[in-house]
Amino acid sequence: MRDVAVIGVGETEFGELWDRSFRDLGIEAGLKAIQDAKIASEEIDAVYIGNMSAGKFIDQEHVSALVADYSGLADMHLPTVRIEGGGACGAIALLQARLAIASGMYDIVVVGGAEKMTDVGDVQAAEILSSTADQEWESVFGATFAGLYAMMARRHMHEYGTTREHLASVAVKNHKNGSLNPEAQFQKEITLESVLNSPMVAEPLGLFDCAPLSDGAAAVVLCAADRARKFTDTPVLFKGSGQASDFLALHDRRDLCTMDATVVAGKRALAEAKLEPKDIQVAEVHDNFTITEILAIEDLRFVEKGKGGPATVEGVTALNGKISVNTSGGLPPLGGTGATAVVHIFERGD
Amino acid sequence: MAIPRFWREIGSRYNLIGTKCGNCGKVDFPPRAVCPGCGRKSIGRMERLRLAGKGSVVTYTVIHDAPAQFEMQKPYVMAIVEMDEGVRLTCQLIDVRPEDVTIGMRVQSTFRKLGQEGEAGVIHYGYKFRPAART
Repeated sequence: MRDVAVIGVGETEFGELWDRSFRDLGIEAGLKAIQDAKIASEEIDAVYIGNMSAGKFIDQEHVSALVADYSGLADMHLPTVRIEGGGACGAIALLQARLAIASGMYDIVVVGGAEKMTDVGDVQAAEILSSTADQEWESVFGATFAGLYAMMARRHMHEYGTTREHLASVAVKNHKNGSLNPEAQFQKEITLESVLNSPMVAEPLGLFDCAPLSDGAAAVVLCAADRARKFTDTPVLFKGSGQASDFLALHDRRDLCTMDATVVAGKRALAEAKLEPKDIQVAEVHDNFTITEILAIEDLRFVEKGKGGPATVEGVTALNGKISVNTSGGLPPLGGTGATAVVHIFERGD
Repeated sequence: MAIPRFWREIGSRYNLIGTKCGNCGKVDFPPRAVCPGCGRKSIGRMERLRLAGKGSVVTYTVIHDAPAQFEMQKPYVMAIVEMDEGVRLTCQLIDVRPEDVTIGMRVQSTFRKLGQEGEAGVIHYGYKFRPAART
């Protein structure tokens, strides 16, 4: 296996971008990353795109070829790959691109994540989000995506004494971080009271416990490490990665308060990098709901199981805390997530 | 959505038909062709099993932001129930006020309308759960 480095990144702004189409977003992020990496288009070997549900959101499939085409790459007839894996699309696309370079098959891959969510109404968007759950045995009975996370939150409260204030402190922290990020969807701080008083979506989760619908894209240029110096003096090496899955339906999982897939993926990534959780200083984790970040920091073993809420209140995960979590303000939804995480970490290293 | 999609699941949606592994005895719902614990050893040995319909609430939520199909029912209670056979499922809880639902509460299955396909489309049915009758 060859080492792989990140040599360029790009992202769009995130939010309700009425004037931008899916292809606009994909192109902008991709071209910014290519420009940042200072590569010529002839040097690109493949394009990988993480996207969850363009087919449902904008009635468009075959989006990897579409974005490559409108990025001016059609004549190169590049292999283009679209990857779907629920909210993990962008991250999986990155890992697959890494593997393709590590194997020796490709030298340079442009990999991104993109989602255009606001071309459908709110109710329809929520239904599309629910399609990552088990349609036949969860959604059909009325379980929404927020409802499933709410049931994890309720159980976490029951087993560990987690409170709504603990959950809300995740939203307060991430909004504060977002207020410092010019690309963030919301660039203002919010108070604990406003989170607690926000209208209920699925008890115990209120509106501010939930990520907003968002449009946006992020892209990364990955390069074989032995060639990376040609393009940049500061390549960022992929030290380790891990991916895992679990029972799809929440009710089938071993423990409602643990994402076993996160535990396993985290262990695999750290083992490859020869690191321990205590070595990590900054992390971007999935935070589509406030409970998600609490579960993530516990399951990645940054804090003890059950202590994610109190740790957040105590500032353990705040900017310049023991471990800074979601310094960007939290992740944009779906296809963009994993790629954006890498963009943000990369930019912090600059 | 096509009628067969509902029709083919009637056994489990109406009668809580699951499977029991002939190798280790673990119960699954809905039916599985392969036992998650035994893998290949269970193939061809998964026996049909009808759940008795009784269980306890493991966790729950009250849905306020509902899909279009459930708009008229909100706020409604969703729960994960652990059946007495050991398997868990997701269901709606009815005939109970949201504030009266507790973790550990005993519930039993009942047969209800789940939804319908538009104004004139097929109506589909299945299980919901309600507080268990006191015995």
